Amino acid sequence: MATVTEIPLDARDDGVRYQRPQSIWRLMMRRLLRERSAIVGMVILGILVFVAIAAPLVAPYEPNQDLIGVEDVDRRDGPCIHLLGCSEDRPQHLMGIDGNFRDVFSRVVYGTRVSLRIGFITVGFAIIVGTVLGAISGYFGGWIGDVIMRVLDVILAFPFLLLAIAIVSVLGPGLTNAMLAIAIVTTPQYARVVRASVLSVREMDFVEASRALGAGHASILFGRILPNALPPLIVQSTLGIATAILDTAALSFIGLGAQPPTPEWGYMLAEERNQVFSAPHLVFFPGLAIMITVLAFNLLGDGLRDALDPRLAESGVKH
Amino acid sequence: MIQYSVRRIIAAIPVIFGVLLVTFVLARVIPGDPCRSILGERATVAACERFNELKGLNEPIPTQFAIYVTDLAKGDFGDSLRFRRPITVILLERLPLTVELSLIAVTIAIALGVPLGILSASRRNSAIDVATMVFANIGVSMPVFWLGLMLAYLFALVLRDTPFALPPTGRLSPGIIPVSFYEVHGWQVPETGLISVIPRFIANMFIINALLSLNLETFWDAFKHMLLPAMALSTIPMAIIARMTRSSMLEVLGLDYVRTARAKGVRWRGVILKHAFRNALLPIVTIVGLQLGLVLSGAILTETVFNLAGVGRALFEAITARDFPIIQGFVIVISVGFVLLNLIVDISYAYLDPRIRLD
Repeated sequence: MATVTEIPLDARDDGVRYQRPQSIWRLMMRRLLRERSAIVGMVILGILVFVAIAAPLVAPYEPNQDLIGVEDVDRRDGPCIHLLGCSEDRPQHLMGIDGNFRDVFSRVVYGTRVSLRIGFITVGFAIIVGTVLGAISGYFGGWIGDVIMRVLDVILAFPFLLLAIAIVSVLGPGLTNAMLAIAIVTTPQYARVVRASVLSVREMDFVEASRALGAGHASILFGRILPNALPPLIVQSTLGIATAILDTAALSFIGLGAQPPTPEWGYMLAEERNQVFSAPHLVFFPGLAIMITVLAFNLLGDGLRDALDPRLAESGVKH
Repeated sequence: MIQYSVRRIIAAIPVIFGVLLVTFVLARVIPGDPCRSILGERATVAACERFNELKGLNEPIPTQFAIYVTDLAKGDFGDSLRFRRPITVILLERLPLTVELSLIAVTIAIALGVPLGILSASRRNSAIDVATMVFANIGVSMPVFWLGLMLAYLFALVLRDTPFALPPTGRLSPGIIPVSFYEVHGWQVPETGLISVIPRFIANMFIINALLSLNLETFWDAFKHMLLPAMALSTIPMAIIARMTRSSMLEVLGLDYVRTARAKGVRWRGVILKHAFRNALLPIVTIVGLQLGLVLSGAILTETVFNLAGVGRALFEAITARDFPIIQGFVIVISVGFVLLNLIVDISYAYLDPRIRLD
């Protein structure tokens, strides 16, 4: 068996300076840290994750604790912040009191947990199913591949939220069913991304080489081909989490998602929407929380896309 | 061009078929007995037998699907469980508002989004560029129902005594009764048939109806009522269109022919509008097409917020009352409409880019 003598890259004497190839992840991280929007997104996201994990420490009350008889508060009291001149005699409530005498700030804080969970679980489900379908259809092709893609095309032909509404109407309202519906509706996007990546590398030399070495389908697919689909999949899923949170909130808003007393932002908003003129804080803060969370994922997703798109890096065009 | 269009239209047929199949399957897997949900819990077995026979529910599933598609083709969407009225009639009352609202929203989104994007791209990294992009990022992250409620609070309560005050609910002020344009002009419209549908549909779009009736007072009132929902509904697509226009323009502005145009002395404004924008248009058209689905979905939420009796509001009420035939009928109409809109967008690509139709 022939042995290969390794020449240290920097010790070759042909006068050319070689650089050790960088791992794509290191490169991506370096580029990502140059994207202002990505950094803002990551910072906000970091804070949100902290708030979600440390919710019992951040929130002054339990999310469903009603304060009748506990404190001297009125129904739908506005925010009372001591620093901003609210009388010290009154208990402090950063975002006021809701229609059930609960502290809105605590509910918004616990809502972070609910929304992040919605985002990650929904997208996780859609990625797994989408990857399997996209990989099968791209790698094996044939009529199975065609059938899969046609079915997914039909799902994409519906307006997104409308199909989700139809599915939840059938399954019955509830947060789990709403998440399942959003996952089903978004699966085709992931399948398409994976399929496109699989098709683009399926016939490449390194895949041929693995095949020649006797690698099985599974090892080629998972070891050689799918890693190439990861960068676009990461971008898609980051932006997808934003959409999932937004759409689940929308389903909750029309009564198909979270049910009482879950501190879900969309549901909190729906519950008090008729009070917008008399107690606007009850609508303002949950909506603001949705916006900030979605914004964080959108910024990070945009930054990731710019960092991972070699076309942009070469031309120097920034979007 | 014609050949390409025909090919696209043929390709859309299986998709529409698929849409019908999915809605059919969804409607069949709803838990519960359709007979008892319509005739009531205490319906006798004999009554249910008769009901199933009448509605074709005893037939094999493929036959049922065939009946269902044939009925749809005849414009028969079945009856609402709650109102016991044909869904076609309800659609005719509700759909015009949604179409009107969506049209205004899309118009605002394009009319403001595209110029903002062009301006941003042509003055890259200027204050206006940064401001537009911050606005665009925030715009795409806002829940439309929240934006609607906040706009209602701002324009109907905070600004209520200023000239900027806008009404937060309804389509017309109390006391203003819309008269259909054909009655104003004394035109005869047949009671039934397809020809009767079109003028009635148009008459239910109050703004257009007022214009056709030459009634400026009603026009202004209807327009003012529509402004807040349209603003809410247009913000997100506007943000997306502005972003896409900017990035598409930036890509084109970096190309050699733009530099050549500049070098031979074409003015900057000319380069932007005549040379760059035309070539940047394709991705913009794509994104505008995609917004249509978003606007239709957003209309459901916006109508709920502003208490407008459109398709969205009807759908919301149907969901609450579990009125499945309405949900099914409306989902079909909006989805098939969406497929057709996308078809138009696809065909317009071919018009804009010869490479597509010659491929």
